[in-house]
Amino acid sequence: MDGSGLPTTRSTCPYCGVGCGVLLTPDGNGGLLVKGDPDHPANYGKLCSKGSALGETVGEEINRGYRLRTPLVDGKATSWDDALQVVADKFRAAREEYGPDSCAFYVSGQLLTEDYYVANKLIKGFIGTANIDTNSRLCMASTVAGHKRAFGTDTVPGTYEDLDEADLIVLVGSNLAWCHPVLFQRVLAAREQRGTRIIVVDPRRTASCDAADMHLKLAPGSDVALFNDLLARIDAAGAVDAAYVAQTEGLARALAAARENDAAETGLTDAELAAFAAEWIGTEKVVTVFSQGVNQSTSGADKVNSIINCHLATGRIGRPGLGPLSVTGQPNAMGGREVGGLANMLACHLDLENAAHRSAVKSFWDAPEMPEAAGLKAVDMFRAVGEGKIKALWIIHTNPAVSMPDADAVRDAIAGCDFVAVSDVTGRTDTARLADVLLPAAAWAEKDGTVTNSDRTISRQRAVLPPFSGARADWDILAEVGRRMGWEEAFNYQHPAEIFREHAALSGIAGKMGRDFDISGLEELSRDEYDALKPLRWPVTATKQGGRFFEKGGFFHASSKAKFVPVRWRPPVAKTGPRYPFRFNTGRLRDQWHTMTRTALSARLSSHLAEPFLDIHPDDAQDLGLEAADLVRIKSPTGEAILRTRITSDVSPGQVFAPMHWTGETAPSARIDALVAGEVDPVSGQPESKAAVVAVTNFDAAWYGFAVSLEAPKAKADYWALAKTEAGYRMELAGATEPADWEAEARRLFDLPAAEVTSFSDTSRGIARLAFHSGGRLLAALFVAREPVAVMRDYLATRPGEAASGVLLGRTPADVPDPGPTVCSCFNVGVKTIATAIEEQGLADVESVGAALRAGTNCGSCRPEIRALLASLRVGQAAQ
Amino acid sequence: MERLVVIGAGMAAGRLLEHLEGADFDITLFNAEPRGTYNRLMLSPVLARETTYDEIVTHDDDWYAARGITTRLGERVERIDREACVVHAAKGPVAYDKLVIATGSEPFMIPLPGHDLPGVIAYRDLEDTEQMMDLAPGSRAVVIGGGLLGLEAAAGMAARGVHVTVVHLMGHLMERQLDLEAAGLLQASLEAKGIEVLCEAHSEVILGDSQVEALRLKDGRELPCDLLVMAVGIRPSVAVAQAAELEVARGLMVDDHMRSSDPAIFGLGECVEHRGQLFGLVAPLYEQAAVLADVLRGGTQTFEPKPLSTKLKVTGCDLFSAGDFAEGEGRQNLLLRDPSAQVYKRLILEDGRLIGAVLYGETTDGSWYFDLIESGEDVTALRDTLLFGPGYEGAELSRCSLAA
Repeated sequence: MDGSGLPTTRSTCPYCGVGCGVLLTPDGNGGLLVKGDPDHPANYGKLCSKGSALGETVGEEINRGYRLRTPLVDGKATSWDDALQVVADKFRAAREEYGPDSCAFYVSGQLLTEDYYVANKLIKGFIGTANIDTNSRLCMASTVAGHKRAFGTDTVPGTYEDLDEADLIVLVGSNLAWCHPVLFQRVLAAREQRGTRIIVVDPRRTASCDAADMHLKLAPGSDVALFNDLLARIDAAGAVDAAYVAQTEGLARALAAARENDAAETGLTDAELAAFAAEWIGTEKVVTVFSQGVNQSTSGADKVNSIINCHLATGRIGRPGLGPLSVTGQPNAMGGREVGGLANMLACHLDLENAAHRSAVKSFWDAPEMPEAAGLKAVDMFRAVGEGKIKALWIIHTNPAVSMPDADAVRDAIAGCDFVAVSDVTGRTDTARLADVLLPAAAWAEKDGTVTNSDRTISRQRAVLPPFSGARADWDILAEVGRRMGWEEAFNYQHPAEIFREHAALSGIAGKMGRDFDISGLEELSRDEYDALKPLRWPVTATKQGGRFFEKGGFFHASSKAKFVPVRWRPPVAKTGPRYPFRFNTGRLRDQWHTMTRTALSARLSSHLAEPFLDIHPDDAQDLGLEAADLVRIKSPTGEAILRTRITSDVSPGQVFAPMHWTGETAPSARIDALVAGEVDPVSGQPESKAAVVAVTNFDAAWYGFAVSLEAPKAKADYWALAKTEAGYRMELAGATEPADWEAEARRLFDLPAAEVTSFSDTSRGIARLAFHSGGRLLAALFVAREPVAVMRDYLATRPGEAASGVLLGRTPADVPDPGPTVCSCFNVGVKTIATAIEEQGLADVESVGAALRAGTNCGSCRPEIRALLASLRVGQAAQ
Repeated sequence: MERLVVIGAGMAAGRLLEHLEGADFDITLFNAEPRGTYNRLMLSPVLARETTYDEIVTHDDDWYAARGITTRLGERVERIDREACVVHAAKGPVAYDKLVIATGSEPFMIPLPGHDLPGVIAYRDLEDTEQMMDLAPGSRAVVIGGGLLGLEAAAGMAARGVHVTVVHLMGHLMERQLDLEAAGLLQASLEAKGIEVLCEAHSEVILGDSQVEALRLKDGRELPCDLLVMAVGIRPSVAVAQAAELEVARGLMVDDHMRSSDPAIFGLGECVEHRGQLFGLVAPLYEQAAVLADVLRGGTQTFEPKPLSTKLKVTGCDLFSAGDFAEGEGRQNLLLRDPSAQVYKRLILEDGRLIGAVLYGETTDGSWYFDLIESGEDVTALRDTLLFGPGYEGAELSRCSLAA
């Protein structure tokens, strides 16, 4: 079935915080056709490569053996009734025996607002501890703290429309082109229409620099020094908006701190600093977009305030086309912030440590007890788990055993915890494998609720597929545990709409207490109205709906004034030195998402960069005797990893970069956060994920391998990385010691004890190639060499299930072209296909490549790579 | 006009006469067999009914007549008078200015008791072939010798419905051309044709009164048979040369111009020994014929022995062997094994050059390998694809899974 005739439903993409609307049409076989929603204000029909591939991540076939079908208690299939009783009993016992603070929830920005609300109500209002934190702590906490310090609440002043109307957009610590591609396309569209200038502030050259007028390659962690310098120059240039500053407090102290600033810490030249300041000061309509490069820092909150200070001083906030704009990493990080997902917050942006707020919520919930102090933030929480202080832990839709700093220690702490419940869609995550009770949760496209994106737009996620057999919605699971713990009334929900109404009603109380988050206009929403709810931006009250904040002040401090925060540059906590000479930056890739639990299901998304790698500068590579495709071992004080080498001047000498997506499931030697120490921002508690220090050495591999197969191989090698392909799987491998018998090794790897085998060997060069087949069809093939295996990978990846003959050659038959690694994921166009078209058809620019091959014409996030390819080929021709 | 006498009308002599066409010689050709030159290599296909004798004759009476060559077929040369430069034969002497001895070789017959019984034959000429062809379906034959010739004989008879047993002294078949593994595949496919193969089998005595009846092995096994074919090798026919007191070791000694110890007398083909080497395969004999023709015309060409290649002419046993494939210090193997397809390929390299090839089941690239062995060119650049055939050079490969 092609789904024609089946109804199309509006919903929201489950990936980043842009919150794009999607149109979902079931294909009738458990799968989905996914299109961008042309009417959604976040994306107006556009989707990025990840969103476009959502259809490839759902359905019975792709999820067979991956999704959980039943609860597991101690690894054994159990009824929901028994499993939930175990969870309720364990939390009750811990609470009674060791007190409420022996219980903790670690949840995630992947939860819907309604799920999130119930989790908070249960633990803060009824179990009676504030020990709930979320992976938003690793993502947003510094912005939350910065917003609260400046505005009094965690308020995003502006909207996405500001990007359309700005004349200057500064991207600070944000690779928008890859991490929020649809917003980046919006920026490029503005550039087309009104010549919007783009400045990128990032220690690393990223795809976002492709369209930039200026790239400030500042020293890691020196953002405060840059924006202090800007603030001082704003003042020196007489660009302070005195009228607006009257709505604020503390400019003088902030300026004093800024004047003490040593701008040299940025590593930028005076000319660069002056040029940046001139652009920024000289452009009224400036939006400063910031993201993880700012947040994931031990001075993250100060970085945020150093940016907001400049906007407050110039009054550039709350009006069209200008203002500070934080872009969030997760689909519902904002919703989590609204319901008080963080350990120091209450629902509706109320403060846990504010007695009035506390009692308001307590009485609204009719809660037996409320904690009076903030709970443990993520890093402290898992330290407490490791110290045995947490007796019962519930982890929901996140993978801390991979994504937390000091990840190996966190993994061991979870493994050692008395009781760990994990809610997830699959048991195949580093964290789920450690669970005492594993609960199969309904996944995206199976559940109903709301999410809030980076510009305060609340959108519905709607269920268009039945829950995968045995799965249940998170609000339902949490409420059931609440009832089983004895709070039938408080958790007597039948439908998420009831939870939404309760949340809206509470926000009305918060609004009356002077909070920003007020959607009381929705508290009477009927079930049908909830189901039909169109995207809308909060607040939603009788008097105000959506719009911007702070044009005329009206801040949420007692004084109703904004506060300048005097900030001083602090270097990252970890210091480079002889033992750890390199500054270690981490980040995201265009086609992967977090720990890959969804994107790794898509062959298209997995083919762009199909193994973990380390970017290192050519000079450093030369000093270390590294060549492209060598493997490197990197060590930090907390952990180590083995990665593929990518030599590029995108990173500066002395700095290295690695993506953070790979896990024990996909590449166990590449659990990047194991190398990141648990150093946190004293204000926000957010870890410093992008400024660890490492030593880099050549990994002395005795052999390298490349494998393709129908079924996922089970590797034991020192290095391996698994990726999905259309035909099955591909795997890179390497080891320090060579097995005696490659055929035996391969049979174990592929679990093919008896399959027919064809083999090629060049023993004196350590080359072994084995193809396993049945009835002439290829089941699996392994290619081994002493150097990085040189074969046509992207052709071989298409061979499983096809004729086995000739596969050991490792390259295409003379008449078959090799597509090369995928550049355009949306239309699955390989780099060699593009290069050939450019040369043979004489294509001159990205547009003509798009016209010829469609590459780059959907989400556009591969256009920088296509442009780079065009450039390199031109250089090549010139050289000839 | 110079008088040239050629003794022997084997394939080498036939080729020599072709090269001498238009040369200013008065040629007389002697042949012990009562016929001119035919393609002896094609006897196996004849035996296997894939062709007929008439089609493998390369030089018939008309051919000789058309070129004014005097033929004395079926007439054995008795002796050579080097003083008088005269060749003596039954029907009278012939004087020569230049003499070519191309007496070929005779099969080696193991002197087992009973080896002279009727029904004990070699596999050499048309008469032998005809005896094999005369066997009735269902009758039994034993072939001693699991070499090229013996296996072709065995396969040919088996194709005619004869129950054939091959008795081979060595550990595996065709040990001079094949390694153990390829020989194993060959034996399996011969057995699939109903041929019984006994390796490391020591023949002891041939049994029978008036006609061969069985072969008994040292281990006591008796192999009943109506025909026993000995195919254990050949030895140069040098009787007439020895009688003429020419220098003879294992064969008639010739220099690089194919000249014997008597400047007027030349050697050609399986009867000669050149630089200590004897010749059984046709390729070098054709080389010799070409060189000798040039020398006789007054040229200065020299004969350089080259690597040899072998193909087994047994339907369904695709086999190619060339050069040197013994294991050895500094020798490196490229190996392809595909048991389910009955394919085995082994290339042997030394100092970056290809020096040997053994192909079984898939031999289309054999001639390419043979050329590489002959040319001795460096194949390092081809090494990754050499075993898969020509035409794969210069492809763009990736060394990891990261987009370029």
